[in-house]
Amino acid sequence: MNARLAVQRLGFLLLGLAALVVVVPILVVVAGIVVRGIGAVSWEFLSAMPRAGMKEGGILPAIVGTLLLTLGTAVVAVPVGVGGAVYLSEYARDTAFTRAIRLAMVNLAGIPSIVYGLFGLGMFVLFLRFGTSILAGSLTLAIMTLPVVISTTEEALRAVPTEFRTVSASLGGTRWQGIRKVVLPQALPGIITGVILGLLRAAGETAPILFTVAAFYLPRLPHSPLDQTMALPYHLYVISTQVPGMPAEVQNGTAFVLLALVLLLNFVAAWIRSHFRRRRPW
Amino acid sequence: MGTVCFSRCVCQVHRRLLRTWVLLAAVVALGSGLSGCRAAGPAAEAAAEPATEPAAAPAFKVSSIKNIGSDTLVNLALAWAEAYMAGHPEARISVTGGGSGTGIAALLNRTIQLANASRAMSAEEVEEARRGGFQPVQHTVALDAIAVVVNPANPVAGLTLGQIADIYTGRIRRWSEVGGEDRPIVLLSRESNSGTYVYFIERVIRLGRKDNKDLPSPETLLMPSSEGISAEVRQNPNAIGYDGLGYVTPDQKVLAVAAAAGKPYVLPNAATVLNGSYPIARPLFMITAGQPEGAIARYLEWILGEGQGLIERLGFVPLAAPAADGGGSR
Amino acid sequence: MSGGASPAGVAPRASRSGSRPRWSEFAVESLIRVLGFSTVGFVVLIFAFLLREGLPVFFKLPAAALLGELWYPTFGSFGSLPLILGSALVTLLAVLIALPLGVATAVFVREVAPRWAREILKPLIEVLAGIPSVVLGFFGMTTVAPLVRQWLGAPTGLTVFTGALVLAYMSLPTIISVAEDALDAVPRSYRDAGLAMGATHWQTTWRVVVPAGRSGVIIAGMLGMGRAIGETMAVMMVTGNAARLPIDPAALFRPVRTMTATIAAEMGEVARGSLHYHALFGIGIVLFVLTFLINLAAARAIFRRRRKGGLR
Repeated sequence: MNARLAVQRLGFLLLGLAALVVVVPILVVVAGIVVRGIGAVSWEFLSAMPRAGMKEGGILPAIVGTLLLTLGTAVVAVPVGVGGAVYLSEYARDTAFTRAIRLAMVNLAGIPSIVYGLFGLGMFVLFLRFGTSILAGSLTLAIMTLPVVISTTEEALRAVPTEFRTVSASLGGTRWQGIRKVVLPQALPGIITGVILGLLRAAGETAPILFTVAAFYLPRLPHSPLDQTMALPYHLYVISTQVPGMPAEVQNGTAFVLLALVLLLNFVAAWIRSHFRRRRPW
Repeated sequence: MGTVCFSRCVCQVHRRLLRTWVLLAAVVALGSGLSGCRAAGPAAEAAAEPATEPAAAPAFKVSSIKNIGSDTLVNLALAWAEAYMAGHPEARISVTGGGSGTGIAALLNRTIQLANASRAMSAEEVEEARRGGFQPVQHTVALDAIAVVVNPANPVAGLTLGQIADIYTGRIRRWSEVGGEDRPIVLLSRESNSGTYVYFIERVIRLGRKDNKDLPSPETLLMPSSEGISAEVRQNPNAIGYDGLGYVTPDQKVLAVAAAAGKPYVLPNAATVLNGSYPIARPLFMITAGQPEGAIARYLEWILGEGQGLIERLGFVPLAAPAADGGGSR
Repeated sequence: MSGGASPAGVAPRASRSGSRPRWSEFAVESLIRVLGFSTVGFVVLIFAFLLREGLPVFFKLPAAALLGELWYPTFGSFGSLPLILGSALVTLLAVLIALPLGVATAVFVREVAPRWAREILKPLIEVLAGIPSVVLGFFGMTTVAPLVRQWLGAPTGLTVFTGALVLAYMSLPTIISVAEDALDAVPRSYRDAGLAMGATHWQTTWRVVVPAGRSGVIIAGMLGMGRAIGETMAVMMVTGNAARLPIDPAALFRPVRTMTATIAAEMGEVARGSLHYHALFGIGIVLFVLTFLINLAAARAIFRRRRKGGLR
């Protein structure tokens, strides 16, 4: 009897150790960046243009660039993604073709980000002649974000009980009316969560924007979708590897801002998910 | 009952969100519409430039210059851009790195007007330009010494070009063979798209001989940037690296280089580059498609004049006298 | 369904369903159908594009040259064997590290941990999923690599091992979440039966629940591998990027060059249409095909498991 308990204790200890090994470095990385970077972050840092070879001043263009790219991604990925998910969940029958669509989705999710960058370069920058621009970058990021949006939207739609749809139909509504007025609103928190999760991944990616939009230094903010832009992840990469003598606090400050943005979005998504889950009437 | 109320609330959220999206989309559309005229792209602007530039007009329209290329030049190009824009508010200059190859490729693709390069264009690239309908012009804008760096704890103080070539081709593998400690040599280099890389191979590894086909050993770590080299050199006693003098930070040790055994060992600095005693020095170029006109011509003129004052502060070497142009292909 | 022979615009519209003209419903449905097909469209488009730009290299160079040992693209040598082996080695090692860690963590979180621990662990793992790869690469380059050099005696800290460590951490969220799903799918009755037979909690977990979910573990491994092989920025910053054949015994602690880092580092410089350009797209094709196969296998395993009801 004691032997089995001892084995159990040992087993659980090992499992706990594994979890610790996973979790402690996360804390170390995040804490390290927060501690070293928060000192650099001031209102000026967030709102000023970079000066003196980007070693002084702020990172406003990178922040604005990331926000613009995220917005651009959302504008494309949300309608296409939600539409696709609505099709898969509400309209499609289980045929070989829909299975192909699901397979395509899984594959889209697994394509390496650098291959997206290659595709974006070849298709949007060169073939469609958008040049290195916010347009090209957003489109590339949007395609990359599609799988996340579609799969979470589908999950959210499936979670809505069928009774809702049946009741809507029995009251004389068409399928689309039922979706638009009943199912979608109910699934909305889940959809929003999925969109935010997809967007936060897009905000943090560097490889897809390397050849499609990112610039080392721009003297002013972009003012059209055909402009290049700076972006936070690329900026962090550049100032930690390309510029000699870059003060460590600028690097850590930029890392902190990027991390804070991503974590904030993460937190918002999690809050929405848990808040609405509690308030669900079913 | 609760269900109906809840759906109504969520419906309202739905409506509000929809309105927000539409509004945002409208703002984006409006913004791009308003600035659509400007966003014709650099090719169109470059074409428009000479056409709208009157012969002797003092008032210059806002001109935008995209400056892409050498990572060696990028910080200098940035400093020039900042200084020039401070005194010339009509200019808008954006700077991006990516390597000499990147800049030249962009110039050949006609997506930029001004490429930075730390090496001369190759014969193939010049040929491609001619096929594209223009003759590229290389303007020497500064000089650069390639410093060979090691960790400060490394006792070795100088190497000959021949020794450096042997080290980088893998013929010499341990520091003890060149008077150092018994440690393995870790080779650091820039990436293959770097003009610095190409220049180093041609001038040092191949000792400047055209018939020499030596290549750096496959064990060479190709770092994506200068700072990558610095980061490794400053903390690894086994490391050796090379880069433009402007990228060497004080926490690295610069080796003195002798052109051959028996020649004097020379440390790189502005003086030794200008008098030719440091054997690994090269011109840095800005390349235009054809003779420069308009805003670009003015910018280049400034660089070759007032701009030279900035160079030494960034660790490069100014063109002390009108340089015998290192232009043309190798 | 709306009945619908009322002429549009003449019949009074009911407030809720109303007599919408058929064509607007049809238009909406068509739009949605098109959007649904778009995913397939994109995958096909991406592959087609890669093929268009990458196939020329397979025609212009013999297979022997492409699978050679020397990668000096600026000097005309396109032997991609070091790159393929480099990616393979780093990926395999990363999965070897991450899979046990991830599964153990998932088991811990799902089966063993008290509620307070779970509330801390789950958000932390989601945080890990969100950390951008540049940040992890930065951390790896400045902190982990020097430690690898000092503690493990490697000539440089930029090695296969360092890359595998960083990649393992990046794959962990994927592996943990898939493993958790697999454990969830195991019915309560299994656990109850085990305990009822007198097994300890540990014995039940380790010998009943986990094996029941083992297909999920395999899927987790595959998806983790797919994630690892495709990572770019982090490996570019910590593996040294030396196009070296990693087949000697010490290769684990020597630098290596992955396919993804090669594309990222070299793509910017190539002139469009040059052999180097085609070669990089060729590598992109290889990456695409590899991840496609891995994801195909994982997807089929998932579908099979779903059809069979969630076990084995």
